Amino acid sequence: MNITFNVNGKNETVDVAPDTPLLWVLRDTLGMTGTKFGCGKALCGACTVHLNGMAIRSCQTQIGSVAGQKITTIEGLKMNAVQKAWIALDVPQCGYCQPGQMMSASALLAANRNPSDADIDAAMSGNICRCGTYPRIRAAIKHAAKNA
Amino acid sequence: MEEIKNQSRRDFVKASAAVAGGLAIGFHLPGKMAQADGGGGYAMPNAWVKIGSDNQITLMVARSEMGQGVATSMPMLIAEELEVDFSKVKVEFAPPAEVYINSLLGGQLTGGSTSVRDAWEKLRKAGASARMMLVSAAAAEWGVDASQVKAENGSLIGPGGKRMNYGMAAPKAAQMEVPKDVPLKPVSAFKVVGNVKQKRIDTPMKVKGDPIFGIDARVPGMMYAAVAMSPYIGGKLKSYDDSRAKNMPGVKAVVQYSRGVAVVADSYWQAKKAKDLLRVEWDQGPNAGLNMQKIWAGIQQAAKQPGATFRESGNVEEAMPKAAKTVTTTYTLPFLSHSPMEPMNTTAQVSADKAIIITPTQFQQLIPHVVAGATGLKPEQVEVRTTYLGGGFGRRVEVDYAIDAAEISKAAGGVPVKMVWSREDDMTHDSYRPAGMYTLSAGLDANGMITGMRFHSTSPSISARLFPSVVKDGIDPFAVEGIDNFPYAVPNLKFTYQMHDTGVTVGYWRAVSHNLNAVALECFIDECAAAAGKDPIDYRLAMIDMAPSKHAWSGLSAGVAVGPRIKNALQMVKEKSGWGKPLGKGKGRGVAVMEGYNTVIAMVAEVTVSPNYDVSVDRVVSVVDAGPLVHPDQALAQMESCINFGQSACMWGEITVNENTVEQNNFDSYRVARINEAPKQLEFHWIKPADNQPPGGLGEPATAVIQPAIANAIAAATGKRAKMLPLTPENLRAS
Repeated sequence: MNITFNVNGKNETVDVAPDTPLLWVLRDTLGMTGTKFGCGKALCGACTVHLNGMAIRSCQTQIGSVAGQKITTIEGLKMNAVQKAWIALDVPQCGYCQPGQMMSASALLAANRNPSDADIDAAMSGNICRCGTYPRIRAAIKHAAKNA
Repeated sequence: MEEIKNQSRRDFVKASAAVAGGLAIGFHLPGKMAQADGGGGYAMPNAWVKIGSDNQITLMVARSEMGQGVATSMPMLIAEELEVDFSKVKVEFAPPAEVYINSLLGGQLTGGSTSVRDAWEKLRKAGASARMMLVSAAAAEWGVDASQVKAENGSLIGPGGKRMNYGMAAPKAAQMEVPKDVPLKPVSAFKVVGNVKQKRIDTPMKVKGDPIFGIDARVPGMMYAAVAMSPYIGGKLKSYDDSRAKNMPGVKAVVQYSRGVAVVADSYWQAKKAKDLLRVEWDQGPNAGLNMQKIWAGIQQAAKQPGATFRESGNVEEAMPKAAKTVTTTYTLPFLSHSPMEPMNTTAQVSADKAIIITPTQFQQLIPHVVAGATGLKPEQVEVRTTYLGGGFGRRVEVDYAIDAAEISKAAGGVPVKMVWSREDDMTHDSYRPAGMYTLSAGLDANGMITGMRFHSTSPSISARLFPSVVKDGIDPFAVEGIDNFPYAVPNLKFTYQMHDTGVTVGYWRAVSHNLNAVALECFIDECAAAAGKDPIDYRLAMIDMAPSKHAWSGLSAGVAVGPRIKNALQMVKEKSGWGKPLGKGKGRGVAVMEGYNTVIAMVAEVTVSPNYDVSVDRVVSVVDAGPLVHPDQALAQMESCINFGQSACMWGEITVNENTVEQNNFDSYRVARINEAPKQLEFHWIKPADNQPPGGLGEPATAVIQPAIANAIAAATGKRAKMLPLTPENLRAS
């Protein structure tokens, strides 16, 4: 079944079952592998993308439900203030969870220019990092807020 | 070294004997040596340095990049002596080859916090040797003596304004004789190594989502595989019905392989949906009905055995009855899962005469052998490409998932297949950190000092499965690390280890048995300090063994003369942490110290414990003596990383088994730290290295130090000493 949606400003039409998670359409059908698979149950945040600017878990979002909607992935961030802050503080270690972390952080900063520690906790606690980059993620969000 | 001849899944490695100074695993590698001349527009003066005719310098990285920063630190060591602009070099992951073997482990293997330790001299020499060959090539070209040619910033400068870049000299340099005597510059002259401003090479790529992890691999014609593996530990496939699965859209094949049934389809989601429709029957195998009650009963029974003695001095049997006071404790520590964020996966293409294996692995050297064993090919017909690793933590020392993908590709007729495990597959088919029981008893004299001590551990051996030849006389060196180097001066000691297989597959988990032995020890020392009525830091300081002793099983630790370093670190952490200053109600401080991987870490944790026993970690102060740092900012990142990993383990980590099935299968049932739970404040103090002090490892040791520091802080805050990890409210309340 053909489904059309907008990814990073470009319309894409894919022929997949409508119950296919957005995650796998991005990764397998469109070859955009920046969005990661971590848990398949919206528990870890590795698959976070934006749906009309809101952070969502693409592993739990059926492609059929985003027809005609705007999706932004890590490939579409275009070196924003969050990515620059991530570079300035050398946040990533293995880097696997970081696209999801940066998508969550970008959505947070779009809604809240000056997040408190509690705001950061609330927005970022759905994203697991096993390497333990949390101190740098927190500092980088503050750095991005200051420099945006 | 012996060649690996027989590969079975449970014991696929015939390892050589351990050699002095390291735990040599020792493989003979039949594959090609690195080429001296790569052809194709570049030349290689040696296996580490590739120089393009366009003067592009590419440095080979022979360790797996799993977050610890080897893709930056290893090339930094080469570049220091090669005299190139480090900001312009590229890096490439090396294929398996003899030249890339890690001397401390005896295999091309990333683990044991050995990458920098092994590379420290070796890679600087590789850089210097390549530079000398480039200099010789330019000198020959110009007809001058090598002493008249200077290497600087990727260029060779000769007398009278003569100049050529490395790219021009490289083809000739690759033909030059390899210098035998390769002098190195002194530490004081370093420009690249130790640069506090150095950034990671891979960060710009990683913030764009560009790097290729195993799961991102794509090859032409690639199919996707989802798998059904036995939910039972050691279970076997009995039968399966694929009548519904094979008719699902996109499904190309349903195949049986050693571990179960795989559905191969055009996309992962199609494969996964069809896999869910398989009806599979399993034979529970030899562990039928296994559960924690049986596992702990087995461990308790085994613990009654005397075990193998790995350290003994004086006469503990005579000393103990004379003690003024005796402290005895048994700690039990649970199985843990590695759970890196990238689930296990491999892309494999196995045809009649060749296999290509694209995989996130810590042990690329083993893969040709095991894939050959599984497919009937020869090891030299197996090409391994190492990708970025989405975390490793020891899980990817195992090669099970590479074998699986190879078998599936072969069974599916040789099509390239990307096999991706679900999180559930990953968590229930891990090689778990061993569970164990640790009984410690100490005899204290009238002053409270320890005059005799017994340590008896009962736990499974990891090496008995993976590297059986390193196990000797009932002792697995990886089971006694973190206690064999017991740092206190106690005249009468007897330390024993009882190996006991529980049926659960166990594997190397970040810091391995330091996370068992040193955790038990440093909690116990606090218990002794409490029994003696002494301050925990002063008590430790008074007992440090200052003799330059070396112990039989020192393995990857310094093994010798760490007393003064431990004393120094403890004194500094006492001062820096504000030890002794009053804290509020429900708060406490705990200390722990350890030498592991030739790094000494002393740590003080501050916690707040609520009346319901919910624990928050407020502040952690670490003093680190790791010798010279190659990449200081990422040395710091490894400390941050270990603290997070150890915190997750000791506060929530627990894998349990019921009905021969692992009960935790995702991050809802296996809890790990999230950003709101991370310590609020982390402070690090680095001890200035002594002259000629070699680097210590940093990828692992702090995981074992943060755990007793937190447990000791909770005890200080509440008076509750948990004898069982994790430090959950339930376990704390019960203690």
